[in-house]
Amino acid sequence: MTGSSAIQADAIPAIAIGGLRFRWRPDRPWVLDIPTFTLAGSERLFLAGPSGSGKSTLLALIAGIHRATEGQIAVLGADLTALSGSARDRFRADRLGVIFQMFNLLPYLSVLENVTLPCRFSAARRARAIAIAGSVSAEARRLLAHLGLDDPGLEGRAAAELSVGQQQRVAAARALIGRPALIVADEPTSALDADRRLDFVQLLRGECESAGAALLFVGHDRSLASHFDRVVELPALNAAPSVG
Amino acid sequence: MAILTLAGKSLWNRRLTSALVVFAIALSVILLLGVERLRTQARASFANTLSGADLIVGARGGPINLLLYSVFRIGDPTNNVNWTSYRTLAAHPQVAWTVPLSLGDSHRGFRVLGTSRAYFEHYRHGRNQPLRLAEGREFEGVFDAVLGAAVADRLGYRLDESIVIAHGAGEVSFALHDDKPFRVVGILARTGTPVDQTVHVSLEGIEAIHADWRGGAPVPGLRLSAEQVRQLDLTPKTITAFLVGLKSKTAIFRMQREINEFAAEPLLAILPGLTLQQLWDLMGLAENALLIVSGLVVLVGLTVMLAALLTGLNERRREMAILRAVGARPGQIFALVLGESLALALAGAALGVLLLQGALLLAGPMLQARLGLAIAGWPPSSHELILLAAVLGCGFLAGLFPAWRAYRYSVADGMTIRI
Ligand SMILES: Nc1ncnc2c1ncn2[C@@H]1O[C@H](COP(=O)(O)OP(=O)(O)OP(=O)(O)O)[C@@H](O)[C@H]1O
Ligand SMILES: [Mg+2]
Repeated sequence: MTGSSAIQADAIPAIAIGGLRFRWRPDRPWVLDIPTFTLAGSERLFLAGPSGSGKSTLLALIAGIHRATEGQIAVLGADLTALSGSARDRFRADRLGVIFQMFNLLPYLSVLENVTLPCRFSAARRARAIAIAGSVSAEARRLLAHLGLDDPGLEGRAAAELSVGQQQRVAAARALIGRPALIVADEPTSALDADRRLDFVQLLRGECESAGAALLFVGHDRSLASHFDRVVELPALNAAPSVG
Repeated sequence: MAILTLAGKSLWNRRLTSALVVFAIALSVILLLGVERLRTQARASFANTLSGADLIVGARGGPINLLLYSVFRIGDPTNNVNWTSYRTLAAHPQVAWTVPLSLGDSHRGFRVLGTSRAYFEHYRHGRNQPLRLAEGREFEGVFDAVLGAAVADRLGYRLDESIVIAHGAGEVSFALHDDKPFRVVGILARTGTPVDQTVHVSLEGIEAIHADWRGGAPVPGLRLSAEQVRQLDLTPKTITAFLVGLKSKTAIFRMQREINEFAAEPLLAILPGLTLQQLWDLMGLAENALLIVSGLVVLVGLTVMLAALLTGLNERRREMAILRAVGARPGQIFALVLGESLALALAGAALGVLLLQGALLLAGPMLQARLGLAIAGWPPSSHELILLAAVLGCGFLAGLFPAWRAYRYSVADGMTIRI
């Protein structure tokens, strides 16, 4: 499928990195030294690498939580190195969906409130969610149903009462609400057993595809790699000496 | 706005801890405001009782003691004033009026005051208000009694009731003047002062019940009936103290000196307002100590809050990471935690004010009846509002610390979930 919209989306890469270097403190060694890396606008990429190789650190840079020490990093066309801290927070709220390994949900909010949480912080995502489904909660219900959580009793339940697999799917719905153009997921499947892993990856991938979002998926389990457009080993990208 | 609703839900999620924190703050606020209110109301109440006299004269002794027993019916006189001295001073050209006071007897725990009818004319309470009879009339006969409002209320007395006066001031007395009962002829309107707790009789009445007594005990073998007593000369030999009103205020200090140098016997004249001020100066130390203690209790309450928020913070680090991931700025994390402290302090202060109000509503009539203290309820005085603002200010300051910690966590952790 090579419609004009896909080409247009591809024209602006989701992530474009050039000469990126990052260290936690000036007296520490470089953690990341990435001469060049690009993620296309609707690409689904699997990023692998041993523990401690800097995968989560790279995601934090892409999400604008931390700032690159040197070099360029552009996300969805925005040069993050040129943005202030609060502008990067705003950018993340508007354009990015984030999924963690576990503990993705606020325990004091219901399932529905957890899914709609990004719309409290971003008017843009709120507006997009309303444009798609008529209301924020309708969009949340639509996403939950797509992810196999259409039991009507579920949305009012406290997040803490869900199984781990259910929690991860709720987290995926939250990342997807308001159509962010880039989803970053940091080992979202490592707390799931093998069957559920595959289910989850297929669901997430499918949702990203139908939303036209790029996906940067960090994982250990290379058996999942076949479900992605491309597989990248971080050590192959990263010129910084591995400290393990 | 998003942050405020989140703060509310997060507090509700930890509602048991939150409730305990609110309760601790409420208790400390009750103590703080209660002490403050008791202090100011006691002062106002005492000031209202000052009787409108220019001078109070008694036997030489402590000025505060004289003020306390003559006006507030607290404590006992040490010595008496001779009737002749009283008559001499009452006839002084500067003196406009005098009210003699004779204390020492009681009726079921209420003090009995022997006085003259000048008392009803010249005694002033509150903002210069005269005494008013709610029922009946002033005393005329030797065995007539006029009751304070609280006496009539508490003991359920009506006009024409016959009452027996006891020797001494105790609630239970075994030395009763039961052979010479008094008749209630009048009941005074409520004044909110110790007048309400007083049984008023004439000086002659006091003299009459002691006619067959010497040195605080009945004379053995001597029993005079009420009828026999009426025939005696009932001019008192001594009184306890007397109030003096002067023709001109400018003469107060001269008159005071003159009385203090009175040749016939050692007397003491005091200016009620000035002596009350001395009393407050004396009490000031204790009051301040009490205020400091209640202030410290507020600090304890806020420390409880601080402890609860800080303990919660560590396990909430992942909550911060989630909020950061959906786009919360570190400043919003700061606002979230600060908002929680403020909400707790505010709820605690509000609950404290409400509970105090309720307690005063319940205990008010009791305080009024037993201590003559009228503790007004609503609204809180401006001074109390300042204290409340100080509590909230301290809550805000205390909240800055966990908020700053959360801010630091959220900057350092970023999106990393720390467990
Ligand atoms: N907040 C931090 N401060 C200082 N150093 C850090 C911080 N977070 C991570 N590091 C260091 O940065 C390096 C990369 O860590 P990172 O978390 O990115 O690894 P990772 O590839 O995600 O590993 P894993 O697969 O175990 O999650 C490690 O050496 C780690 O010790
Ligand atoms: Mg990691």
